[in-house]
Amino acid sequence: MELTETNLKLDPEVEKSRICTFIRDRVVRTLKKTGAVVAVSGGIDSSTTAALCVQALGADHVLGLMLPERDSDPDSLTYGKLLIEHLGIAYETVNIAPILEAMGCYRYRNEAIGELFPHYTADYKFKIVLTPQGPRHGPRLNFYSVVIESPSGVQEKKRLPFRNYLLLVAATNMKQRIRKSVEYFHADRLNYAVAGTPNYLEYDQGFFVKIGDGAADLKPIAHLYKTQVYEMARFLDLPKALLDRKPTTDTYSLQQSQEEFYFQLPLRTLDLVMYGMDEGFDTAAISRATGIPPEELEWHMNDIRQKRATTTPLHLPPLTLIPASRTHHRGAQ
Amino acid sequence: MKGISLNMEIREQVKDFIVNKILIGASDVTLDPDESFLQRGILNSTGILELVGFLEEHFKLTCKDEDITPENLDSLNAVSAYVQRKLSPQ
Repeated sequence: MELTETNLKLDPEVEKSRICTFIRDRVVRTLKKTGAVVAVSGGIDSSTTAALCVQALGADHVLGLMLPERDSDPDSLTYGKLLIEHLGIAYETVNIAPILEAMGCYRYRNEAIGELFPHYTADYKFKIVLTPQGPRHGPRLNFYSVVIESPSGVQEKKRLPFRNYLLLVAATNMKQRIRKSVEYFHADRLNYAVAGTPNYLEYDQGFFVKIGDGAADLKPIAHLYKTQVYEMARFLDLPKALLDRKPTTDTYSLQQSQEEFYFQLPLRTLDLVMYGMDEGFDTAAISRATGIPPEELEWHMNDIRQKRATTTPLHLPPLTLIPASRTHHRGAQ
Repeated sequence: MKGISLNMEIREQVKDFIVNKILIGASDVTLDPDESFLQRGILNSTGILELVGFLEEHFKLTCKDEDITPENLDSLNAVSAYVQRKLSPQ
């Protein structure tokens, strides 16, 4: 069978029904909760997750949270409000910047960048970009570079050395972890579950922060490829402005696409490559479907496998020596 | 002959760094000089970055962005050849 974009097409009615049954069943029966909290970023994944929770549980049983901080794109609030009004759900807006400030997030971030660019000041913007090295057809290694932009718009880029890289990542990860803490506060006070919002690409490739955006009681769209999330969003009749918004990490002060931060391929193409790999299509078939020459495709496929392997620990629960025989009663109910 | 012994010396220092710093002194790990760190699961991309930091500090050299490739960094022999090239006068 030939691989084409048609392979990724859903029967949205059937899929919506399946996901809604899953949400209802897990929230009510497994988790014994009476609703769901969804952090709404104004992006397509959280919008679709919130809409599905509303379909499954009813608007009165879903709380939307908007959790901006200093580096957030102001548009995120606009889009978030658009969704919340569209769905008719209750919501809270919590500016997490003071919490991050108190924990040193911005100070550590400035320290990590300032060591590389002594002239870097708070009015500069910055982002981190994945920088693959080597020829497009050969084996490559990934590392991250930091890009800063002066108030007058001049950009500079440098490789992040090991210690600066770790410090910057650690400081940035605070954002996702504080957001999750706020989500669980509201979930606890309302007896709700926390719905995580990753799509399959993010989930599989480890594009999340452990105990940050990776933490949740359920992840209703973690099995959907990105194009399938869009298809579901269209089926759910989400506002067009949300469908048209370009995916962003919304973590750094400079605009940054998910492609340059992590994925290396346009998301539509990555969907096809990953679907092809998951379903056992050979390289030639994936190459024909994507238009990527086989040698270059091999590199991308290795990159996908490598990210999967590197991020495996993010999926692990805390490791213990408790024998399985003592924990079997905690299996899926 | 001098080149070969320098190469071995560099290789031992890199090996020492990997065994003692990255693997926290794991005595049961044998490192084949040509074996891929990445494929063997000894280093991931973060580990490679740590290795680069070690090379720059320990051997007082500067790794350019374009040097960060598996050919230069993904085995004991690759690293020692790379360091030797960087240290030898142009």
